[in-house]
Amino acid sequence: MSPRSSSTAPTANHAHTRERGAPMSNTHTTPTHRPQHLDEEIAGGVGESPLRPDGSLKVRGDFAYASDLWAENMLWGATLRSPHPSARIRSIDVGPALRMDGVRAVLTAEDVPGRNLYGLKDLDQPVLAEDVVRYRGEAVALVAADHPETARRALDLVEVDYEVLEPVLDAERAAHDDSLPRVHPGGNTVRYQPIVKGDPDAEADVVVSGTYTVGMQDQAFLGPEAGLAVPAEDGGVELYLATQDLHTDRKQTAAALGLDPEQVRMTMSGVGGAFGGREDLSVQVHVCMLALHTGRPVKMVYNREESFFGHVHRHPATMYYEHGATRDGDLVFVRARLYFDGGAYASKTPVVVGNGTTLGVGPYSVPNVRIEGWGMYTNNPPCGAMRGLGAVQPAFAYESQMDRLAEELGMDPVRLRIRNAISRGDSTPSGQVLDYPAPVAELLRRVRELPLPRESTAESTNPDIRDLPGGASNTTHGEGVVRGVGYGVCIKNICYAEGADDFSTARVRLQVVAGEPIAMVHTAAAEVGQGLVTVQQQIARTELGVERVNIHPNDTSVGPAGSSSASRQTYVTGGAVQAACRAVREQVLERVAQRCGDPVERLSLSGGKVVSETSGVLADLAEVLGSEVVEATREYHHRETFPLDEQGHSERAQVQHAFSAHRAVVDVDTELGLVKVVQLDCSQDVGKAVNPDAVVGQIQGGSAQGLGLAVMEEIQVDGGRIRNPSFTDYLIPTILDMPPMNVDVIERGDPNAPYGVRGVGEPPTISSTPAIVAAIRAATGKALEHVPVGPEHIVE
Amino acid sequence: MDFLRPADWSEALEAKAKHPEATPIAGGTDLMVELNFDHRRPEILLDLSRVEQLRQWSRLPEAQGGVLRLGAGVPYSRLIDEVGAALPGLAMAARTVGSPQIRNRGTLGGNLVSASPAGDGHPPLIASGAEVEVESARASRTVPVAEFFTGVKKTVLAEDELVAAIRVPEATGPQQFSKIGTRNAMVIAVCTFAVALHPRRETVGTGIGSAAPTPRAASEAEEFLAAELAERDQWRRPTPLPESVVDRFAELVVNATAPIDDVRGTARYRTHALGVLARRTLGWAWEEYRNSAETAGRQGCA
Repeated sequence: MSPRSSSTAPTANHAHTRERGAPMSNTHTTPTHRPQHLDEEIAGGVGESPLRPDGSLKVRGDFAYASDLWAENMLWGATLRSPHPSARIRSIDVGPALRMDGVRAVLTAEDVPGRNLYGLKDLDQPVLAEDVVRYRGEAVALVAADHPETARRALDLVEVDYEVLEPVLDAERAAHDDSLPRVHPGGNTVRYQPIVKGDPDAEADVVVSGTYTVGMQDQAFLGPEAGLAVPAEDGGVELYLATQDLHTDRKQTAAALGLDPEQVRMTMSGVGGAFGGREDLSVQVHVCMLALHTGRPVKMVYNREESFFGHVHRHPATMYYEHGATRDGDLVFVRARLYFDGGAYASKTPVVVGNGTTLGVGPYSVPNVRIEGWGMYTNNPPCGAMRGLGAVQPAFAYESQMDRLAEELGMDPVRLRIRNAISRGDSTPSGQVLDYPAPVAELLRRVRELPLPRESTAESTNPDIRDLPGGASNTTHGEGVVRGVGYGVCIKNICYAEGADDFSTARVRLQVVAGEPIAMVHTAAAEVGQGLVTVQQQIARTELGVERVNIHPNDTSVGPAGSSSASRQTYVTGGAVQAACRAVREQVLERVAQRCGDPVERLSLSGGKVVSETSGVLADLAEVLGSEVVEATREYHHRETFPLDEQGHSERAQVQHAFSAHRAVVDVDTELGLVKVVQLDCSQDVGKAVNPDAVVGQIQGGSAQGLGLAVMEEIQVDGGRIRNPSFTDYLIPTILDMPPMNVDVIERGDPNAPYGVRGVGEPPTISSTPAIVAAIRAATGKALEHVPVGPEHIVE
Repeated sequence: MDFLRPADWSEALEAKAKHPEATPIAGGTDLMVELNFDHRRPEILLDLSRVEQLRQWSRLPEAQGGVLRLGAGVPYSRLIDEVGAALPGLAMAARTVGSPQIRNRGTLGGNLVSASPAGDGHPPLIASGAEVEVESARASRTVPVAEFFTGVKKTVLAEDELVAAIRVPEATGPQQFSKIGTRNAMVIAVCTFAVALHPRRETVGTGIGSAAPTPRAASEAEEFLAAELAERDQWRRPTPLPESVVDRFAELVVNATAPIDDVRGTARYRTHALGVLARRTLGWAWEEYRNSAETAGRQGCA
């Protein structure tokens, strides 16, 4: 990147005691390291796989992430966090910290200028703790100092007097035991939702049951939380940050700062991964408070350890399942109780309960269902959005149950799944009829037909230990190694659900620069690594028939795009870009139609020309445009959804569903309990692959995250405290853990979606985990009712 | 923080004598993590990276019995590439350390001085009977590796002493090293085990890591096996080891441990896994010894 030099003088006033609202003496500051424009040329329209403009920068290490932001004269912020899972704050003395050399501000809840509450669904989380702390790691005070180390050390000088309280740590108990302390005044239940279909007390010939638990997974994005706030002349603030959703951040931040949303201007800076972990606020309000208080630019960046406390995690779950079937293998009923531990604040817990219950039987047609879901407050770390939101946990349980049922029936597990697979025209347990392709059976057949790896290395006379469980650690030369194969398939809803109107906005401008027509696409949609920048360029190129498409940096000067989550951006922002491009095209073609007499319907834009169906090329687009700028802004709203009623019914609770199927092949050292996933294959329906290479990348990445949950990723929480907040002990898969994949992409377009697209990012995270665990079970014969599966689960 | 950069070994010793509180830094793969976490705030850092002598290794004169002297600053990657044939157990351990980048930076001397119970280099050094060369401006001494560690992250080093080198007897028989981790690379040990056969001395060496406050040998297991091998004349005429001998060896290895439950694994699992590793590594080492003896026998007849 080419850093821009600062155009401003340093601030004249360094006073740290200035009251909020006092006049700012500094002029506008521009960060010297700031987000780069990703305006590199790419070629290719919808259905092609142009290289992404940020790709080589990231591989070379040249990409500027939010943690690289820099402004002249900036201060560094740091956060004091609660050491207790539950405590009352008797008093806070900031005096000693404030007197430390180099410290410019120490702020507490009293200094929050506006509303000291935020939250994605429920307003229940304070910006800074007031009278109580509800989890170990909750933000209590902020420091700004000349140097990051000074800020960090000043935290030790903030004296907080805590009265330690008994924490609530067990979500299932919290759901039924009213004698427990209340984490929040309204009680400990964030959401309870039943789903009832048919006869919930139906009986069946063959019944299997099990209790399954899922550990707390971390998004483990590589770029930690970071932001740079610069006070503005109008009393507002410019915030450069890494987030998934600029406008939701702005709304919450402005309210907490007591400012109009227009006074809080946000610009997306390099995002180093998100996976749901950047939906909730982290540094946003804190860094703006410090900047507004000191009148100077302030930067905050978490280190890895703080990042484990600074964002939500995947909900741990305990799930009781009972499946009933006929002797022939037709599912008769599914009954389940799901407990999700939401931790100290609600965040996305209501959605986790909604998704978990509505999708709780999996991609199967089941006549009789009773599923109950509880999302609970506890004093554990807060849990919220993570890839596969609310669908990951039940998928581990229902797929384990399908294998158990197949075993009980003496039936091939894939055949059992195919026999019960949901398909177009079937209805979900909540009563929604799938009015688009649902090729679940086809995916299972296809993934089963993909080539298998060669026989286990352990069988050969001179195995390469790197191909065996343990790898270079030299734990086996083939002893104890058994191969297993397992399958998993899943369903995930795409876009927000249950009545949410999560629309997106795109502004597209077409003009001639240096003799060439150039399109500019402007949205607030976050590029979090999924490849959205490229997708937007491809759509504009296809719709406008131009070669050159620039992407405007994401900021809040255009309307909302909603969050880069729920596998929704290509759907909704893709839809908005398509609509805006078509509006621009319409304007251009009308001009030509008036001039040439051809009706607009017969005209199109292609290769920089205006083309008529009847008479061929009519004009150069550049010529038609001249010096004019044609611009259009459009919103894209997905089709309406509706809330669930008390029985969990809704004509349409969800916008769209996506499906993927995995087959895992593992070698397990059955004496040591070490696992090597040898091959992980996936068949997925993506509706329409707008960028086929990026689609495969999403499937590989999602599968790797599912592999992590299957065999290694767990935040270990003991007494409300995280025991492994580091990448030394929170292990994520390396390149030696993630095997080669056969990825089989099919396109069964959804008639309701732009280009027929179907969300891609989440399903592979969901179905990979049960497939891998099924394979380990096949190799070991162990029940394995918890993920991640550890060596001790296999040998003990 | 002061930063001292001695140009050679004598300057380094003088600096350490003058500033006993100075913390030495070589590859920095442990220390920098501690500094970044603010777990340690040394007043003075003593950077040893310019001391050329520390980065060299040599063979001591034959009279001293085939010993390699490894400068404390030799990184793992060079242990693998340059002395792997002479010290196979140590090379196997070095291959399991961190990532390629860590293996390029991290040094054997640093591994010793950090004295983590999970230090990957320690068990093979103990199994080989290695000694640590410790020096100060006033004197020098050698300490057997097994006696170098006095507790978790504690060593025998006096405050003015630095580790100059590690003296490791060249392998005269098969060596093996195994490490349990819950990932297939880049992982801190759940437990480790090293075994070395010393046919010339007719002894057996072992080393256990991550299963007690300090790395240690399983002395009873070593003595038991050596006695069994001597009694049955196995060193000269090796035959497959009876299952009962292998089992007893593994049992004695397990008896030598004092594992705990921690975030990386349970004591119960460590005990179980070390038994498996002891059996397997002994099996591999013994099979290699039998094959080499057979080969040597055939060559003798030809």
